[in-house]
Amino acid sequence: MPLIIALAGNPNSGKTTLFNALTGSNQFVGNWPGVTVEKKEGRLRGQKDVLLMDLPGIYSLSPYTLEEVIARNYLLDERPDAILNIVDGTNLERNLYLTTQLLELGIPMVVAVNMIDLLQKNGDLLELDDLSRRFGCPFVSISALKGRGIAEAADEALRRAKENIAPAPVHSFDDRVEAALRAITAELGDEIPAPQRRFFAVKLFERDEKILPRAGAARAAESIERIVCAAEEALDDDAESIITNERYACIVSAIKSGYRRNSAEKMTQTDRIDRVITNRVLALPIFAAVMFIVYYVSVTTVGAFATDWANDGVFGEGWRLFGLRIPGIPAAAGSALAALGAADWLSSLLLDGIIAGVGAVLGFVPQMLILFFFLAFLEGCGYMARIAFIMDRIFRKFGLSGKSFIPILIGTGCGVPGIMASRTIENDRDRKMTVITTTFIPCGAKLPIIALIAGALFDGLWWVAPSAYFVGIAAIVSSGVILKKTRLFAGNPAPFVMELPPYRLPTAANVLHSMWERGWSFIKRAGTIILVSCVLIWFLSSFGFADGRFGMVAELGDGLLAALGTRVAWIFTPLGFGDWKATVATFTGLVAKENVVGTFGVLYGFTEVAEDGAEIWGNLSAGFTPLAAYAFLVFNLLCAPCFAAIGAIRREMNSAKWTFIAIGYQTGFAYLVSLCIFRLGLLFTTGAFGVFTLAACAAVVLFLSLLFRPAARAPAVRTSTV
Amino acid sequence: MLTLKEIPCGETVTVVKIEGAGPVKRRIMDMGITKGAELFVRKVAPLGDPVEVNVRNYELSLRKEDAESILVEKTAEKTRV
Repeated sequence: MPLIIALAGNPNSGKTTLFNALTGSNQFVGNWPGVTVEKKEGRLRGQKDVLLMDLPGIYSLSPYTLEEVIARNYLLDERPDAILNIVDGTNLERNLYLTTQLLELGIPMVVAVNMIDLLQKNGDLLELDDLSRRFGCPFVSISALKGRGIAEAADEALRRAKENIAPAPVHSFDDRVEAALRAITAELGDEIPAPQRRFFAVKLFERDEKILPRAGAARAAESIERIVCAAEEALDDDAESIITNERYACIVSAIKSGYRRNSAEKMTQTDRIDRVITNRVLALPIFAAVMFIVYYVSVTTVGAFATDWANDGVFGEGWRLFGLRIPGIPAAAGSALAALGAADWLSSLLLDGIIAGVGAVLGFVPQMLILFFFLAFLEGCGYMARIAFIMDRIFRKFGLSGKSFIPILIGTGCGVPGIMASRTIENDRDRKMTVITTTFIPCGAKLPIIALIAGALFDGLWWVAPSAYFVGIAAIVSSGVILKKTRLFAGNPAPFVMELPPYRLPTAANVLHSMWERGWSFIKRAGTIILVSCVLIWFLSSFGFADGRFGMVAELGDGLLAALGTRVAWIFTPLGFGDWKATVATFTGLVAKENVVGTFGVLYGFTEVAEDGAEIWGNLSAGFTPLAAYAFLVFNLLCAPCFAAIGAIRREMNSAKWTFIAIGYQTGFAYLVSLCIFRLGLLFTTGAFGVFTLAACAAVVLFLSLLFRPAARAPAVRTSTV
Repeated sequence: MLTLKEIPCGETVTVVKIEGAGPVKRRIMDMGITKGAELFVRKVAPLGDPVEVNVRNYELSLRKEDAESILVEKTAEKTRV
C-alpha cells in the first residue's frame, strides 16, 4: 500500500505548480467518477510508493459546490495519510480559512506557505514558528515556482504520515460556540474516532445535511437541534455564519504576531494593470483585441496551417520537408497494402475506415495545441478571470458564464477545440451548458454547406451566409434560456463570487504542461469514439447489396447507408427535404461536416466537386425549393455535430448520459427549428396549410412557453448526484 | 442601513450583517466577507455589473444582486491608507 499525501489549497495558490514540481512527469490525469472535475494523481519524485493526490482547488469545505464536496468526500472516505496544504503567502488570511477546516479532520498535515520569494521581496513579516504554534501544525515556507523548500515540505508531510502525527488544532471559537460544540460532541456516536470528533461537531452545528448520516448522531438530531438553536439565539446569527465568522476571527488574531504585510505600497502592480485592463472605456476594446489575436493565430493563420498540414499533408496527399517529398500516410499505407497484396475490403477498412478515422482525430491536434497554449497562458496570467468579470453581465442572462465567450468564439473556427476550451469554466452547470451550445455556431467545416446552399438556391444572396451566424447565435441564446429553466439545470443558483487573482507571468513549463495535458486527453478519450464511429460509417457506405448479394460496393448509392437513407428519408419530409440524397449527405456530415457537399457531388454522379459544390448547383436547384434548402441548411448547422465534436463532448461531459442529452437536445432543437422554418415559410409564401403546419405552430408555442415559463423549482441540493 | 450595492467606487466600508441564507450567503462569507470585515469598493465592470471589492487584501468580484444582501456602514477615513 503506497502512502497517500493529499495536496489541498485554494485556487490560484500555486497548487498546480507545486504538484508538477513534486511529481514531474509521473502523473495520471482523469476525472472524479461521474463528474466533469479533473482528478490528478502523481508519484512523488524520488519516492517509490508515495502518491500525491491533487484535490480540486477550493476555498472551503462547504457542502455547496461540486469541487468542495469531492474534496470533502475524498478526505473523509479515503483518509489520506497526510495533507499538504498549500497557502498563498501574499493572501494568507483567506487561504488559512480552508486550513482551519482541514485541521479539524484529524489527518497529519503540513502547511506550506507559498510565494515566500514575493514576501521577502516586499519585506513582509512571516514567523513560521509562531504560526506553527498558533495553529498546532507545522508551517514551512516554499516557492513552488522556484522549487525552493518544496522537497522539505514534502518530506515533513511524509514524516508526519509515517508517524501518524495528527495536528492538534488550538484555534478556538467564542466561549458560547465552544460550549455548544462540546455539547454536540457528547451526542456523537462512539464510532467516530477522537481526532475527527471536532470536525463532525462543527458540521452538525452548521446543519450540514450531507454529514448528518455519517455522524452516527441521527437519534440525537433533536437534542443537537436544540443546542444549535440556543446558540443561534444567543449570538443572533445563523449557525453556518457563526462558524464562518469565528474562523476568520481566529485567523485574524492568530496571525497578528507572526505575519504582517509591508503596507508601504498600497497600489500594487496588479492594481496598476487593472486600471487599464478592466477600465470602463478600454476593457472591451482590449478584450476584443485579445480575442482577435487568439482567434487569428489559433484558428486562421498558424492553426489553419497546422490543420492543413495534418489533414492534407500527413493524412492527405503528402507534404514537403526541406524540398523532400514525404508521402501522406494514406498513400504510403495504400502502396504498402498493394505491395502486400491485401484484400480489397482490408485495405479499404484500413485506409478509408481506420486511417481516415484516426486522421480525423489527429488532424485537430496541432490546432488544438496552439489554442490550449493560449488558454493556458490567459489562465495562468490571470486574464481569464477578468474576461468573466467583463462579460458576466451579458452571458449570465442566458445561463452561461462570462468565460463561455471563448469556447463560442473558437467554435466559429472548429467546434472541437471550442468544446475543449470550456474546461476553463469553473461552474459545472455553466460548463455543461456551454458544451451543449458551442457547436450551434457555424464552424469552418460548415461553411461549404452554407456556400453550397447560398450559391445553388439563392444565387449568392447577401444575407444567406450571415443569417447562418445569426441562427447560430439565436440558438445559443434561446437554448441557454430554455435549458436554464429545465430540471436538469435547476438548482441552487451558483453565486458569482469570484477572486480576481493578481497578474503573474506564467512559467513556460506550466503553460506547456497544461497544453500537452489537454491535447493528450483529447487524443485518448475522444479518439476512441471518433474512430469507432468513422469505422461504422465506412462500413455502412462501402458495404451493401449489389447484384443480389451482400458485399463491398463501388458506388455510395448502392451501399447500406444509401439504403438506410432511403428508408428513413421520410423523417425529413416534414422539413421539406425528405430525399434520400439529402438524408445520406446529412449522415456523412457526421464524419465531417464538409462531407455533406462531397456526398451530394458523388450522389449526383460527379467524382469530385469544388469546395462549394459549384458543379451540382444546377441539380440542387432542380431538386429543392429555396425554402427546403434553407431548412436543410439550418438542420445541418444545428443538429448533432461531427463525430470529433461528439467525442470532445463525451470527453468534457465525462458521462454517457450527458453526452446523449447534449446530442439529443441539439438534434431535436434542429429538427423543430427546421420544421418551423419550412412549414411556416410555406404557409406565408404559398398559403399551404396541413398537418405539419399545425405541428410547426405547436412547436412555436412550445418554444415560446419554454422560453418564457418560470424556472423549475430547485431539487434539494444541486450536488446531490455526487 | 446601507447595502454594498449603494457604495460608490473608492469608498471603504465595514460589513455589519449579511442577509439571506444558504449557498450564496455561505459562499460570500467563505470568501472573507464576514461581520466586521473591511471592504474597499474598487470598481464596477465596464457593463455596470459586477463590482470589484478589495477584502482581506485581495480582489473579489461579486454581482450587484449579491452585494445588495451585504449591509455595511461607512468606515472612518483614517482606516484606509
